[in-house]
Amino acid sequence: MPEPLLDVEDLSVSYLTDTAEIGAVDRVTLTLQAGEFLGVVGESGCGKSTLLFAIAQLLSPPAEITSGRVVFRGQDLVRLSDSELRHVRWRDYSVVMQSAMNALNPMKSIGAQFKDTMRAHERISADAIRTRSAEVLHLVGIDDAHLESYPHQLSGGMRQRAMIAMALLFTPQLVIMDEPTSALDVVAQRSLMTQIKELQQQFGFAVIFVTHDMSVIAHYSDRVMVMYAGQVAEIGDTGSIFESPLHPYSRGLLDAFPSVRGPRRPLSGIPGSPPDLGRPPSGCRFHPRCSEAMAQCTTTEPPLYSVGDTQVRCLLYAEQLRDAV
Amino acid sequence: MSQPANAAPDSDDALLRTTGLTRHFRLGGLLSRRMLHAVDDLNLVIHEREIVALVGESGSGKTTVARLLAMLYPPTRGTIHYRGRSVHRLRSRKDVLWYRGEVPMVFQDPYSAMNPVFRVSHGVMRNLKLHRRDLDSAQRHEEAERVFDVVGLNPAGDMLRKFPYEMSGGQRQRVGFAQALAVRPKLILADEPVSMLDVSIRAGILNMMASLRADEGASILYITHDIASARYVADRIVVMYAGYAVEQGPTEVVLSRPKHPYTQLLLSAVPDPREKAAPVSADSGEPPRVIDPGDGCRFRQRCPYAIDECARVTPLLRSMGPGHDAACHVAVADAEDHRGEGFGPISSVAKGTDTVA
Ligand SMILES: Nc1ncnc2c1ncn2[C@@H]1O[C@H](COP(=O)(O)OP(=O)(O)OP(=O)(O)O)[C@@H](O)[C@H]1O
Ligand SMILES: Nc1ncnc2c1ncn2[C@@H]1O[C@H](COP(=O)(O)OP(=O)(O)OP(=O)(O)O)[C@@H](O)[C@H]1O
Ligand code: SF4
Ligand SMILES: [Mg+2]
Ligand SMILES: [Mg+2]
Repeated sequence: MPEPLLDVEDLSVSYLTDTAEIGAVDRVTLTLQAGEFLGVVGESGCGKSTLLFAIAQLLSPPAEITSGRVVFRGQDLVRLSDSELRHVRWRDYSVVMQSAMNALNPMKSIGAQFKDTMRAHERISADAIRTRSAEVLHLVGIDDAHLESYPHQLSGGMRQRAMIAMALLFTPQLVIMDEPTSALDVVAQRSLMTQIKELQQQFGFAVIFVTHDMSVIAHYSDRVMVMYAGQVAEIGDTGSIFESPLHPYSRGLLDAFPSVRGPRRPLSGIPGSPPDLGRPPSGCRFHPRCSEAMAQCTTTEPPLYSVGDTQVRCLLYAEQLRDAV
Repeated sequence: MSQPANAAPDSDDALLRTTGLTRHFRLGGLLSRRMLHAVDDLNLVIHEREIVALVGESGSGKTTVARLLAMLYPPTRGTIHYRGRSVHRLRSRKDVLWYRGEVPMVFQDPYSAMNPVFRVSHGVMRNLKLHRRDLDSAQRHEEAERVFDVVGLNPAGDMLRKFPYEMSGGQRQRVGFAQALAVRPKLILADEPVSMLDVSIRAGILNMMASLRADEGASILYITHDIASARYVADRIVVMYAGYAVEQGPTEVVLSRPKHPYTQLLLSAVPDPREKAAPVSADSGEPPRVIDPGDGCRFRQRCPYAIDECARVTPLLRSMGPGHDAACHVAVADAEDHRGEGFGPISSVAKGTDTVA
């Protein structure tokens, strides 16, 4: 195995509020090879954005990395100073945040923001900036007349695409994207994802990608990570997880999908509600909602078991593995 | 309330009706002559107890429609009537408050819609104070907890005490919906209210919308990119492209027999996670011209069926069947050729569009 581009090891993040310590990311370990596409899925509030922020070193108090390392190209980002980070961020890895409104500067035109970003990293002529800016906007399907527009003059999906365009100004080695297509119609979404995939193949950058859209995962990602209550519930090849999801939560997730074809059926979702991360359930964090929970699930925290190429955090596989021996 | 003189011509059973609703934005400085056509000539009807899905391309004008209906933008032209009253004539504070209480909006971007210095309870309590005068302080708290519970933000007591930045994207999105619910709305303008929610919580919100209609008789304008969820809750669907409504009709009819080529393209791109990725269509994804667009169909550059007429004449909505309209020259000609048969060449292509190349 070549050395991975990104090696996240045992990463934990807590929000330290007055009343509680909210463990939003709990001992997450994952690796990403150059050119790989990893999709992250999981319930609202399970810690996906917190994980991406931690990888990108964008957390601010009261969030704190309580354990672990984020090794990017052999360098532990957790230990870098702010000025060292500024150097790497955006040129070597770029970030598309969940809310474009949050990330874009409302007082500056899109073109001006592109210019600032490029100037911060390269000596580059005004002409070249203009050309590159129009190029990336075109890539995401926006009329370059909007380089002069301010964020509030764009539609929700256009703002989101402008963010993606900004992340592609350089050719970074890692692109971190938090729900980058949630505001796009399916036609735009598909053409955008296909563009990103083509660029990825051309330049070999890796992508970590959060989405609620299982079809985006199914069609574009090489591997998928299912997160539950701050932890990795299952991680493995997209194909095998879609074919035979191992974790009861992954199964529920795949079943809950409504379809535009075939008969209309009532949607039930996964029973129960997301756990309070300030007081996670004992044993397996999924046990209060799991239809297959056994007695030991309430007391024993499952480790990650390897089943084939997939890793899964569920005691059902302890049994299976023991039986197999 | 007295019937105003300018009631809609056919004072009918419509809860809300727009006539020729249009909104243009000037691009660049004040002296600029370039106009961006966000919404053109929209005739939208929403009945009582009706869920209407508004779908369409990113940038096609859906949010602008909702903002016009919410009185956040004045229209460039056209009128909006609510319960027979012209919304533009609502001048007194009392009337405006009444309208805002009956017709609240859930904003697309939950990050910009909340004031970061207040706890999330603030917006809900404010709505309750303004629009539910009958409640005392204890009842307001109870009601705030109830609406948080309804959108799955529990434990509601803890959630109400959070600041917006202490919440995840999907949690904030639901705060927006809870605020709208607090006013006991008659018509909710819900702009992408589930885009940041996982399938499971999304299902909960969709079921909540359906029961709001069934139990409280509320209507909803449901703006979404998620066609499957539109199918799940909406009675009717309106498809927008580049500022125009290009097709509308009963949800099942539009989804099973789409007439406008854009609707067909849209439906053909709807993925199914259980299927293999469809081959990428030849569609260029070229953005439509909405800046000084001129006459003609705005979809023509991308349309596989475009004829000469499409470049000259802007197609208007024409009937394709009971309650089903489409704005496409070719679809109209096609419908005339095949009166009674139901399917024309366009529709027969569309039937196999799952993998159309
Ligand atoms: N600043 C904060 N202070 C306290 N708690 C926080 C803070 N930010 C986030 N949280 C909590 O941490 C948990 C994880 O949040 P995160 O934003 O990572 O979720 P997510 O998986 O991205 O969800 P979504 O899909 O809704 O965006 C949530 O339960 C949230 O309430
Ligand atoms: N305040 C504004 N000033 C100038 N242009 C605007 C303004 N608001 C919207 N527009 C333009 O109007 C058009 C329609 O925008 P709108 O937000 O209504 O689209 P939308 O259908 O909601 O798209 P999305 O699905 O991406 O949210 C876009 O081209 C946008 O740039
Ligand atoms: S460990 Fe037990 S409770 Fe947890 S997912 Fe597996 S079977 Fe269900
Ligand atoms: Mg998030
Ligand atoms: Mg919008």
